[in-house]
Amino acid sequence: MTKFTRKDLLGIRELSVEEINTILDTAHSFKEVSARSIKKVPTLRGKTVINFFFEASTRTRTSFEIAGKRLSADTINISASTSSVTKGETLIDTARNLEAMAPDVIVIRHSSPGVPHQLARLIDSSVVNAGDGAHEHPSQALLDAYTIRERKGRIAGLQIAIIGDITHSRVARSNVHLLTKLGAHVRVAGPRTLLPPRFAEIVEDGEGSLTVCAKVEDAILDADVVMMLRIQHERMSAAYFPSLKEYSIRYGLTLERFALASQEAIVMHPGPVNRGVEISSDVVDNARSLILDQVTNGVAVRMAILFLLMQSRGLGEG
Amino acid sequence: MEFKLKAQVMDAAGISRTLSRLALQIVERNAGTSDLLLIGIRRRGVPLAERLADTIAQLEGQRPPTGQLDITLYRDDLSTVGPRPVINKTEIPGDVTDRAIVLVDDVLYTGRTIRAALDELVDFGRPRRVELAVLIDRGHRELPIQADYVGKHLQTSDAEIVKVMLTDYDEDEQVVIVEKE
Amino acid sequence: MKLLITGGKILDPSQGLEKIADLLIEDGRIAEIGNDLSSQGAAVFAASGLLVAPGFIDLHVHLREPGEEYKETIATGLQAAVAGGFTSVCSMPNTTPVNDNASITRYILDQARQANLANVFPVGAITRGSLGEELAEMAEMKAAGAVAVSDDGKPVMNAQVMRHAMEYARDHDLVVADHCQDNCLAACGVMHEGKYSTLLGLKGMSGAAEDSHVARDIMLAELTGARAHIMHISTARAVELVRDAKRRGLPVTCEVTPHHLALTDAEVLGFDANTKMNPPLRSEEDRLALIEACADGTIDAIATDHAPHHADEKMLEFDRAPFGVIGLETALGACFKVLVESGAVSVMRLVEMLTVGAARVFALPRGTLQKGAIADLTIFNPDAVWTVDPVKFKSKSRNTPFANWTLRGKVIATFVAGREVYRAEE
Repeated sequence: MTKFTRKDLLGIRELSVEEINTILDTAHSFKEVSARSIKKVPTLRGKTVINFFFEASTRTRTSFEIAGKRLSADTINISASTSSVTKGETLIDTARNLEAMAPDVIVIRHSSPGVPHQLARLIDSSVVNAGDGAHEHPSQALLDAYTIRERKGRIAGLQIAIIGDITHSRVARSNVHLLTKLGAHVRVAGPRTLLPPRFAEIVEDGEGSLTVCAKVEDAILDADVVMMLRIQHERMSAAYFPSLKEYSIRYGLTLERFALASQEAIVMHPGPVNRGVEISSDVVDNARSLILDQVTNGVAVRMAILFLLMQSRGLGEG
Repeated sequence: MEFKLKAQVMDAAGISRTLSRLALQIVERNAGTSDLLLIGIRRRGVPLAERLADTIAQLEGQRPPTGQLDITLYRDDLSTVGPRPVINKTEIPGDVTDRAIVLVDDVLYTGRTIRAALDELVDFGRPRRVELAVLIDRGHRELPIQADYVGKHLQTSDAEIVKVMLTDYDEDEQVVIVEKE
Repeated sequence: MKLLITGGKILDPSQGLEKIADLLIEDGRIAEIGNDLSSQGAAVFAASGLLVAPGFIDLHVHLREPGEEYKETIATGLQAAVAGGFTSVCSMPNTTPVNDNASITRYILDQARQANLANVFPVGAITRGSLGEELAEMAEMKAAGAVAVSDDGKPVMNAQVMRHAMEYARDHDLVVADHCQDNCLAACGVMHEGKYSTLLGLKGMSGAAEDSHVARDIMLAELTGARAHIMHISTARAVELVRDAKRRGLPVTCEVTPHHLALTDAEVLGFDANTKMNPPLRSEEDRLALIEACADGTIDAIATDHAPHHADEKMLEFDRAPFGVIGLETALGACFKVLVESGAVSVMRLVEMLTVGAARVFALPRGTLQKGAIADLTIFNPDAVWTVDPVKFKSKSRNTPFANWTLRGKVIATFVAGREVYRAEE
């Protein structure tokens, strides 16, 4: 019997391999629900899920919204600009306002690392971290792992390259934690300006390994999975690299670079894609590109997350 | 949890005989197998449905299709029961609309499982008719649900547990009444 | 007025004194230290089993008045000071308005006189408004009572401005105390740059941002002949730079905070804003280097950088919460635990950094029990173990990283000019 007894899903770092596998296995059942003509089950009827997004996001918010709706939960979206907080609303006020609406789950995205953790300590509702600054984005890593497992049949032993802006990427951090816990060998590369210091040290346990490569080509060579990260245009003005053109030439995933990977290698991207910058159009549209599968699987994984947290809440009350 | 054995209700041969009778009743009432679809309710309803389909195939020369339902997502007690095994897939072959469906489960008790199964089933379409076949009906209904085909009626107390053991999942093949120690 | 303190162990690093004796105070000054002194006409304080030291001196305190009285007032700050055994504190100029002119300096001293607890030695600003551009009226502030100048919290980024500040401060015999941090290199970081900033996705401030600024200040001290004081030093490399400067005989001093001696950046893992300060908690390697520097004499003084903030401010997102923690009431206990209990330094050396070592940095007329000196005393129990309960703080704020810590070394009584200003509850 697999148990998932957490109140919150805040990050991958603190999850056990068993918990990760429980989420992935549960997601597998939910994928079938999304294939039905009536894509809805009554499981979370009468439960309230608030999507509280302090940062613009279409993809993740929509994915959580669909996940909640397919489980018959009432999903409510609140978009807030961080500026309201700057005006002096403390996290306690934010938390109390949320609690006053009596939600069962709060899905939160915020540009400041740790906000979901701080809120989770203050409120009884379950908190799901939908991305906190450059810290973690657990549901993204879980859907990436699900997609890899679905295509490759396993994660242990795979060579997985993660390329791009590692410094500002919560996707990279959550994926590194998850994939190494499940035994993959992760290699990261990007401009040195966008590789955070002592990155190789963030992996503390697990069967896999993490290597920081000096060159993009070294990371991609013979890889089973190539995961490209989005480049934010504003990084240029902060002197991380000279131009998008040079970035694309030196660090982008072109067909030539992709050819260095293993013959059955797949390519992934958390989206939204900057075609022609971190990844060329012909790679995006390649048959081995799973970028749309990631989106599809995102719904199933988020259904599993909502379901397991709600089940775990029931346990606490019973 | 330790269980104390109170009585054996059926042995392996008894289960086999009972299933043969149920199969016969199903084809009799449905006048053949043309629209028939047997759907087992996870877990032990699934092998029972398969065995009924096999028996029907021997009787009629044609095996009705089978499917399986996992009712976890339709339960009304999500927040009160303990952790469960990972939920399984629901698999229903083809369209259920206008089919004659027989739901198959091992034990009929409160009726809540069947309520959930019916709710789930109608989300897949509009069957012409839905019937229910169970190996054991032990009473204590909490909802107005009755089985169309019953292997055996048992008088039980609430403290007792009826365990259907099938070699697909268990070491033995038998039906027993046990009680918590 | 006579007070006789009997049977305590007298610990006075200024004269290398460490012995059990009686200490007699007359008219607010040290009259005599000796055995079996007569108690005739004197109030008696029985101190057997306790240590009797010169009153502690904190070179680095934010009293928040004028301007941010909701965080701390001079009165509440001084209550916290004497509860922590501090009889003298140096108040930083980053108030609102900034203490960059004599009238603010006088205001601070007036408020301190009214509070009538610990001595306050104001530190004036280096530049007007601490904006790093024009020099503040240092000589006027000194005449009003300022003992040093600093733009704490807002490092003077322009090296030429700093050079002029040092030259001018030298003319007026003022120490220039600097918060050493290259703000461009610190890049709006909110914690130390290292494994934990990478793990947490928080912006890091590299140690190099402090080191390069310390190196610059040492070079400017050498160039100008001014006395430079490196505040709250926090990295191993910066300590090496200061050690080397001292070896070369340059007039450079430095202080360290109890939290940098006790804690590392690993504390930030729970996103508790009470682990956010500037300079940030550094690596374990840095922490060990700071302890070593305490032992070998590179560090002149322990200073708390007591920085009160309202709970609401610390409840903001980690990267938006203000820097700083309070420290007056936990300094002795934290330092005793980290430095003495661990065997790294002697009690004598710890008391030196809390008293005469600090006094020498800003040339304060305190920190000694020599005959005739003003009788500022701290009496503490080195064996008492206690648990930090922020609710009990005298400070108006509660932002401590040591909540629920078990510390060793407890202040029993504090005297300023022979007058008891604090007595621990039984």
